[in-house]
Amino acid sequence: MKGVVIGCGRVGSAVAKGLVGDGWDVVVVDENEDALVRLGPNWRGGFVVGHGMDTSVLESAGAAEADAAVVATNGDNTNLVIGQVLQERYEITTVVVRVLDPARAKFYADRGMRTVCPTQTAISELLDTVRATAPHSSAAS
Amino acid sequence: MYAIVAGGGKVGSNVTRSLIEMGHEVTLIEQRPDRFARLEEEFGPVAMRGDATEISVLERAGIGRPPELLLAVTGDDEDNLVISQLAKEGYGVRKAIARVNNPRNQQHFDLLGITQTVCATTSILGLVEHEMPEHGLVRLLELQKEGLVIAEVQVEADSPSAGKRAGGLGLPAGSRLISVFRQGRTELVEPSTVMRPGDQVLAIVPQGSVPELRRALLGAPR
Repeated sequence: MKGVVIGCGRVGSAVAKGLVGDGWDVVVVDENEDALVRLGPNWRGGFVVGHGMDTSVLESAGAAEADAAVVATNGDNTNLVIGQVLQERYEITTVVVRVLDPARAKFYADRGMRTVCPTQTAISELLDTVRATAPHSSAAS
Repeated sequence: MYAIVAGGGKVGSNVTRSLIEMGHEVTLIEQRPDRFARLEEEFGPVAMRGDATEISVLERAGIGRPPELLLAVTGDDEDNLVISQLAKEGYGVRKAIARVNNPRNQQHFDLLGITQTVCATTSILGLVEHEMPEHGLVRLLELQKEGLVIAEVQVEADSPSAGKRAGGLGLPAGSRLISVFRQGRTELVEPSTVMRPGDQVLAIVPQGSVPELRRALLGAPR
């Protein structure tokens, strides 16, 4: 299976390494060449320096043959646009997009995109933890 | 008419001023505090501070009314695309016009259904082609929705197409030569039509393949 990961920050690099661990062929794209160090010295996948909005960059990363793509740059709107391009132009069946703003994540999820919102996850987890562990939490009023 | 303008740079602020002078109601959204301060000074409550790609900001600006017109004219193409999608798909805004800052991003707007776009660089290049006939190829008409361009090409004595049959020119996929204008007469192009120096050829070509068409008919740009 071939995977493309756009954005090699903390999230993108870890997802890329996880996929390689699962046996995937992975190519990572990042604007910044220095981001390659996040993949570690034993990185076996590919790395393309460039912007994910650039179709020639996407193509040299193998977007046309990819089975899955993960988009996790540090810009919500950049991720949303690149995710749609990967889905519509290259017809990649599994495209997952990281979106920090819960409202936008929901808006695009309602329209069929696979969005992951770490902010919403944090909100839910924090609330659940407080509710489960705080004394008298059920009696709060 | 009610209009929302997203982005208060040169384009957004000047358009807002004109729309107000024309008697329209406008809300202008700007994120940067320094810019917003200047805009508020000039426009008062018309100016609103916020990130126009946030749904709550658009709602405060009255996206739900909905406005007759939304202009996404920030300096960031991804933002303009998302603002246009939120407006059109989320709130049924009928007319959303987006600014394309980098012409290479035009294809993304076309792909994602944001058909009404304005790109200063492309417009200026179009004018250059009109004003410089030696350029050899003039874009006569851009059919945005269809993704096609109707172009006129002038065949020269040293053009690689001169003396060749239309059928053997190796034109880009999806393109057609429509007609040649020669010696005061227009002929429809058949595969057997032989190109001659001085021919003015009318062609229809996919937007992205204009350079390829130019190469097939005129060779590498001089």
